[in-house]
Amino acid sequence: MNQKHPYDDIPGTYVFDAEQSRKGYHLNMFCMSLRHRDNRDAFGADEAAYLDRYPMSPEQRAAVLARDWNEMLRLGGNIYYTSKLAAKDGIAFQELAARMTGVSDEDYRNMMLAGGRPIEGNRYTWEWDNG
Amino acid sequence: MAEIIAGVACSHVPAIGVAIDQGKTDEPYWQPLFQGFERSREWMSELKPDVAIVVYNDHATAFSLEMIPTFALGCADAFLPADEGWGPRPVPLVQGHPELAWHIAQSVILDEFDLTIVNRMEVDHGLTVPLSLMCGQPDAWPCPVIPLCVNVVQYPPPTGNRCFNLGKAIRRAVQSFDQDLRVVIFGTGGMSHQLQAQRAGLINPVFDNRFMDDLVSHPESVTRIPHVDYLREAGSEGIELVMWLVMRGALDDEVRQMHRHYHVPASNTAVGHLILENVR
Repeated sequence: MNQKHPYDDIPGTYVFDAEQSRKGYHLNMFCMSLRHRDNRDAFGADEAAYLDRYPMSPEQRAAVLARDWNEMLRLGGNIYYTSKLAAKDGIAFQELAARMTGVSDEDYRNMMLAGGRPIEGNRYTWEWDNG
Repeated sequence: MAEIIAGVACSHVPAIGVAIDQGKTDEPYWQPLFQGFERSREWMSELKPDVAIVVYNDHATAFSLEMIPTFALGCADAFLPADEGWGPRPVPLVQGHPELAWHIAQSVILDEFDLTIVNRMEVDHGLTVPLSLMCGQPDAWPCPVIPLCVNVVQYPPPTGNRCFNLGKAIRRAVQSFDQDLRVVIFGTGGMSHQLQAQRAGLINPVFDNRFMDDLVSHPESVTRIPHVDYLREAGSEGIELVMWLVMRGALDDEVRQMHRHYHVPASNTAVGHLILENVR
């Protein structure tokens, strides 16, 4: 296999490297702004208008408006930043994790109580492709 | 002469802080986790260190993508607990130790570790949760704290080997400080966890326990773990574990393990904890 980085074959993971960081700068800085209540209120009042302050790509903007959490990560978002958007929406971290993994809150919580997602079968992309 | 006498390794999950602040530590979900820290609080109150150096990472709180220092040393008189979006934690102001902090900065820079010096910084759960676990809920923290903030959010973080050697340089710096201070150093973060995307929830107790075994007895082998192994085996956020190596590097080659605790889960994370003392 001809992969660009040694971590490209880890499944279901976006490593926040230089490329992702460059791509996601404005998306992440938008999320960072939501640390402050005034900004949360302004964003809540008119999301589209607030996003005009940040020169994101149309795809990033659409992902934010649709709350497509995995798509935000694919487009350069970092979880510590996108989780601030989730917090603004009143979504707890574990609920956000459930959404990113495509299971119900209860199923995700039960998985964690049972010891979490096992490492076996989750190291390499080919383990997922074949599953 | 100042001296580093002990090291603490400890995860810093934000939900642990919320559980402490909201009085939920006796709930069945949390009780087994907190039970493992009862002895740690006793140990800490008996040790009575003069200063704690806390190695932690900021989570898009004090630093954003505008500035990403790899190592930033807090040299201020005091550090405010940050509002991370749900109000600041109800914990005491973190008093610094600017004299020792500046001495460490000068010493390690001349020792070829080019730290960023920070004179104003709010501290997030990465620093305050380990303090709560080790000190409980006092009106004031029992000693001054020197924050050492390590970038582990933007890839790549510093290598484990670099962290270990920085720990050694910090030890030399502390030993050359001309006041009699007993210093404890915390390495925080980890253990295995992944907070993002479709693989979120990953936990690897085999990796975690071997990491703790080797960190105590064969730290040199831990310094050679490549980043891709942390990412693959311990999850994308498990790479925080490089910060434990700063702590380990600051201790003697031979240490006594005073306490060890491991618990899954705290929210999305495997919690690991070690107390190590230099053998005197």
